[in-house]
Amino acid sequence: MTITTAAIPALWRLARIEFDPVRQQRVLLYPEGVVLLNDTGGAILELCDGQRSIAEIASVLGERYHCDVTADVLEYLSQLIERELVRVH
Amino acid sequence: MTPGDTSYPTTLLAELTYRCPLHCPYCSNPLRMTGARDEMTTAEWKRVLSEARDLGVLQLGLSGGEPLARPDVEELAAHARSLGLYTTLVTSGVGFTRERARKLRDGGLEHVQISLQDSDEKTADLVAGIKVVGQKMAAAAIVRELGFVFSVNVVLHRANIDRVAEIIELAARLGADRLELANTQYYGWALENRRALMPTAEQVAAAADVAEKATLVHKGRMQILYVLPDYYESYPKPCYAGWGKHYLVVVPDGRTLPCHGATQITTLRFDSVRDRSLHWIWQQSPAFVAFRGDEWMQEPCRSCSRKAVDFGGCRCQAFALTGDATATDPVCTLSPKRSIIDTAIREAAGSPSYRYRYISLQKAEAH
Repeated sequence: MTITTAAIPALWRLARIEFDPVRQQRVLLYPEGVVLLNDTGGAILELCDGQRSIAEIASVLGERYHCDVTADVLEYLSQLIERELVRVH
Repeated sequence: MTPGDTSYPTTLLAELTYRCPLHCPYCSNPLRMTGARDEMTTAEWKRVLSEARDLGVLQLGLSGGEPLARPDVEELAAHARSLGLYTTLVTSGVGFTRERARKLRDGGLEHVQISLQDSDEKTADLVAGIKVVGQKMAAAAIVRELGFVFSVNVVLHRANIDRVAEIIELAARLGADRLELANTQYYGWALENRRALMPTAEQVAAAADVAEKATLVHKGRMQILYVLPDYYESYPKPCYAGWGKHYLVVVPDGRTLPCHGATQITTLRFDSVRDRSLHWIWQQSPAFVAFRGDEWMQEPCRSCSRKAVDFGGCRCQAFALTGDATATDPVCTLSPKRSIIDTAIREAAGSPSYRYRYISLQKAEAH
């Protein structure tokens, strides 16, 4: 499945993001699984609210980092969509 | 934990008790199980959970035996939640009453996994060695009603694998979010019953085909995880992504293992959280250090490019089948001992006659 920037991503309803004080980083927890998130990954996932499109998420982060991150955001989310940890509609 | 060669563990399996009302002949528990009087207390388990979180553990499985055989599961689950752990109750469903389920939910338990033996009630009860299908169905309804994340786990073997389509339909009908179809792994009681449990190559191929198609049909509603039958694979399974790397198990009497099958390796001694901190055990205990990295490997593993993929396979299986825990897992087609696996496949035949799981030494044979 090819994902476009118009897609609206949301975390799988069974997954949640936590801050892990031991590792000092954000983690994605879901039934019997863990994804350790780097700063960029965490920033992307926190914007996946089921309202914003991928283009809008990239735009928010682009302003924050002062560069075009669209391709990176699309690639990152595509991987998590493939693993069913992020769903799109 | 200080940074170093060892990574942080992510997952703890807490086997609270070996007591269980079911007698499944494929149980991965050891043949010699400790009874209730050797089990750790509530206070000891709470300390273990706290130490696990400090060590980096994020995922907790409350398992057994049947964890609900202990009256303090609710307290332990609530403690786990207060630490920020994501907790799964791994249960047969027996004892999962509405009252206990409410307490578990109110304490913050998120995920309940119920085991089913079969879609066919008669065979299910025959495998469990007890009539419990009704209680399991009632438990599943309570899981849904109270809004837990719900997984169904079914161990596949010769007597149920032909009904994998019906099993998938049953899990969907019960409203499972996830379904684990786990081909039997031959440890503990399952190794004892291997001849009776092993499916044929034709059965395995047909089931894999059904599961693959069903995965697409149910995508987005019920996630299907299909655990491969490793005897029929060409390469071994990667042991929890490496021995002592992400995973640890604490058994009822406090001994701590890198894998739930590890007590089979009789050449290792496992330290207990009753004598040592979990931190020390993870970082320094001889059993955890034994197979970290690749120094311990023999040929053909040592010079093999796949050693970074599957770490030489399962240490427990290597020991159980070859008597040498540093040997290549004989499932691997590169292993000089692969014939052990091929012989086991060939010898599996006839109608199942199980040796049922019991804590005492008593034996029971199927009809």
